[in-house]
Amino acid sequence: MRPFQYERADTLEGAVKAAGTGGATQFIAGGTTLSDLMKLDVMRPERLVDVNPAAGGPAGRIEATKSGLRLGAMVRMAEAAEHPAVKTDYPVIAQALQLAASQQIRNMASLGGNLLQRTRCEYFRQVSWPCNKREPGSGCAAMDGVNRLHAVLGTSDACIASYPGDFAQALVALDAVVETVREKGGARRIALSDLHRPPGDTPQVETVLEPGELITAITVPAGPWTRRSLYLKIRDRDSYAFALASAAVALDLDGEVVREARIALGGIATVPWRAREAEAALRGKTMDEAAATAAAEAALAGAQPRGDNAFKVPLAKQTIVRALMDAKRMET
Amino acid sequence: MSPDQKTASDRNAAAPEPKRNMGRPVPRYDARLKVTGEARYPADEPLNNVAHGVLVTSDIARGRLTRLDLSEAQAIPGVIEILTHENADGLHRLEFGNGTATSISPLTDTRIWHDGQIVALVLADSFEAAREAAYRVKAEYEAEKPSAGFGAPGTETVLAKDAVKSHKEDPAAGDLEAALRSSPVTIDVEYSTPTQHHNPIELFSTTCFWTGDRLTVYEPSQFVYGFRENVAKQLGIDPEKVRVVSRFIGGAFGSKGPMTPRTGIVALASRRIGRPVRCVVSRAQCFTTATYRAETRHHIRMGATPDGKITGFGHEGWEITSRPDSYVVAGTDTTARLYGYGAVWTRVNMVKADRNTPGYMRSPPETPYVFALESAMDELAVALKMDPVELRRINDTMTEPIGGKPYTSRSLMECYDAAAEAFGWSKRDPAVGAMRDGDWLIGWGCATAVYPTNMGAGAARVRLTADGTARVQTAAHEIGTGAYTVIGQMAAERLGVPVEAVVVELGDTELPPAPVAGGSNTTATVCSTVLTACDAIRGKLFHAAASAKDGPFAGRDPATLDLRDGGVTAGGDAGGPTEKLADVFGRMGTGAIEEYAEWMPEGVPPDSLRKLYNGSSTLKGGSKGDKMMYAFGAEFVEVRINARTREIRVPRIVGTFAAGRIMNTRTARSQLMGGMIWGISSALHEKTEIDRRAARYVNKNISEYLVPVNADIEQLEVILVPEEDKAVNPAGVKGLGELGNVGTAAAIAAAVYHATGKRIRDLPIRIDDLISA
Repeated sequence: MRPFQYERADTLEGAVKAAGTGGATQFIAGGTTLSDLMKLDVMRPERLVDVNPAAGGPAGRIEATKSGLRLGAMVRMAEAAEHPAVKTDYPVIAQALQLAASQQIRNMASLGGNLLQRTRCEYFRQVSWPCNKREPGSGCAAMDGVNRLHAVLGTSDACIASYPGDFAQALVALDAVVETVREKGGARRIALSDLHRPPGDTPQVETVLEPGELITAITVPAGPWTRRSLYLKIRDRDSYAFALASAAVALDLDGEVVREARIALGGIATVPWRAREAEAALRGKTMDEAAATAAAEAALAGAQPRGDNAFKVPLAKQTIVRALMDAKRMET
Repeated sequence: MSPDQKTASDRNAAAPEPKRNMGRPVPRYDARLKVTGEARYPADEPLNNVAHGVLVTSDIARGRLTRLDLSEAQAIPGVIEILTHENADGLHRLEFGNGTATSISPLTDTRIWHDGQIVALVLADSFEAAREAAYRVKAEYEAEKPSAGFGAPGTETVLAKDAVKSHKEDPAAGDLEAALRSSPVTIDVEYSTPTQHHNPIELFSTTCFWTGDRLTVYEPSQFVYGFRENVAKQLGIDPEKVRVVSRFIGGAFGSKGPMTPRTGIVALASRRIGRPVRCVVSRAQCFTTATYRAETRHHIRMGATPDGKITGFGHEGWEITSRPDSYVVAGTDTTARLYGYGAVWTRVNMVKADRNTPGYMRSPPETPYVFALESAMDELAVALKMDPVELRRINDTMTEPIGGKPYTSRSLMECYDAAAEAFGWSKRDPAVGAMRDGDWLIGWGCATAVYPTNMGAGAARVRLTADGTARVQTAAHEIGTGAYTVIGQMAAERLGVPVEAVVVELGDTELPPAPVAGGSNTTATVCSTVLTACDAIRGKLFHAAASAKDGPFAGRDPATLDLRDGGVTAGGDAGGPTEKLADVFGRMGTGAIEEYAEWMPEGVPPDSLRKLYNGSSTLKGGSKGDKMMYAFGAEFVEVRINARTREIRVPRIVGTFAAGRIMNTRTARSQLMGGMIWGISSALHEKTEIDRRAARYVNKNISEYLVPVNADIEQLEVILVPEEDKAVNPAGVKGLGELGNVGTAAAIAAAVYHATGKRIRDLPIRIDDLISA
């Protein structure tokens, strides 16, 4: 690990001031990704601004109202996962958090930081390999290498690394918005579906956040579908593993007919993936096996597998079907 | 929880009630030390002024190191020295063999044989500085295109029998081709197992210091005498000047058995800078600087009569090894003899690739080879439309088919019957997919567990003191199995004192030698050795008591005396006279009796003890002698596979095992349970992924190299089946540390077939194999 400067900020606004807009400064909250990547020499910040003291302020609060949910960026994953209103009214969020990582990590990791979790692509995490995300222009070793865990949606010629998180999928499905603060230009609101950028030619740019911009809160609008929602995560072992495929689904049903469906996919895409084609395919249909299968086909129509990850295409389809059928059966 | 399950969990108590020929479930001597952090692992040894070492390893798998640019690294504050091939004076090349993992000798030249080979050792005042500097060492290479493994251009295939002393011939009997031609039912199938790494929680480490020309090494080791000999060779010094200490080992599984080249490199560095050095290897570097289980391939052919009698068995195996070394496990020595086949033909090949030399990993031959055989047995049972348990029963045998040698004991079918009953096998519907539960496909499968009973020459010193306490000293190894505890139990039993009154010292070359903690030989060897020493003490004591002028035993036959409850007693259970040890010793006018004993199993060469002192273990047993010495078991599993998404879970597993005398039912169960979990791991999870273009491992961490977590293991039951075997060794013990993980993967593969109709012949079995496009 390379030496770095360390300072603490009492508020998120103060942190933004302290950080400035220099690229070599990183915010640190739970540190569950950053400290790993620093030890691996993948991330080499010269300066860390610790935002943990801000957890005592508004950034550490959860507010559930009729109009929706507001989650402070410094709320820990475990706390949000166990919050009664989140569990009852937004089960997809509680489950996505609960099924991520281990209890120890969930106790440490902040919600804001979790959204910015970086890929688990092994070629990215080991500095001896070429990687366009870590070292733009150096090439992509995963493209024709070991790529079982890589993405089949949203890929580019430069990068096929998958987005590893779970929480963001639940948020994308529910049209969540992040609130941020910047040193210049002030606060702004970004739809979660716009937060992450597909790799394109610039896989090193993972989000639309500007240097020194910090997420302060996440808001989730209430909707008739949030109670009938769930997160299904398929993985190699029963706990503490990244998704091979996952689906965040929310349904608003009129009897058995779909008024609205919300579907987001994880484990298979370069960014938290909203499956709007699948949602459109379900609207107005009777929620049955055939409709679910048609939706799953629509969701994966553009999939581009590369070798080891070909199984993710049928797996993701089955994950969507199973999640939809399970959501239909939910008691709300 | 159903009533059935409740019974199973009651039966599966952590401290099972001993049955016939089983010792008490004495809690581990080191349990409290370990859970409170008091147990000192080698890297925990406190040393003054210690320098920290961090390895730099190669980014290529084949070629030459052309230049090392150290300028940036040396500029890091706190860096003391960087050891490279240019300045590692006095480092000798290692030979591959008994106590060494590889002949690849980093820092003795510039050749790169494998990915992640050591190219430098950075020494600094702090670990952080050393690590930072290690990242800043710039290595330049003349790279050559490597061959990663099976199927890669440039590999070389060699017959094991032509290249390896331990496998001089391929077991065979009769005419397999003729037998297969005349068999009405045949199968012809191929299997494979992947590269696996041990990943003990305790990382590899070397901590050492010099006192003048004497070297002390603290390192997790499964063979301290072997390490002493080989580090001395690597440094060109007298082994008598080296002490290796390894009192607690945080998991090893074979990875800490043979010494790797790091040990001498760290010791040389310590001498060079005149300071103690501690080098703890990173998890990623653990994958490349030590051994691993090589990937294997298998071709199995079997023929049978319609009533299930196997008429022929053919097993050809292929194993990856390094370019310079011929490491081979040759599990056909076991599979060729496991059942009463008719004709047998086997062959083992090594495939040389640009890889580090593989090495022992828990049940090295049996894990891959028995997976293939037992999977084939299930396929044969399906082809015969026969219950797989019955197929094993029909082909069970008390004499092996190659040389007609008898098994000293073999309780395979007792194990099957006990497991079948506990599991509820009779309720199995054999039709594929017949046992569905809603969205979950259920499959049941079973397989044989088998492991050779190995033993080696050993030495021990035992002292019995007048106050009724005892001390046992032997350089055996506590690799987490309970060695301290069962060795103490053996001494306590023979000396008639409470186990709490026995102090056991292990893991130090200052003590009499014991063999490598490998081949599951420790309990059999060390308990037999300790028993020999205790019997010598008993003999002296009884002779003194019987030949005394007075006292309760004067004039009695020494053979009628016994040690019990802290005293000498006569007349056995009949209630003869007794006398406290203090009084017996008092009459003898002595404070303690100390006996040094050596023990050699039948069939080992007469120089085995001398060789052991010189750091070389000779293990005998299994199929190597006149008699077949093996422990057996049977494992039954239930798998549940989601009908849509196909994830595979194992909600239930039952294992039954017979291994001669069980010294301690608690530690035995624990070993077997760990083995079964590892078997599940090997079936469903573990695989080191290799980038075939570069011959480099990719998932070099335990977040992507998966092993089961608690959530993956639900109901697990271990049943110990009583067995007595006086022929194996004086202690009557068959090692069982490597028994539990054999066969598990085959049982799971069989269950997956039963659930889905898909026969997966390549491990691990994952969603990828079962999801349909």
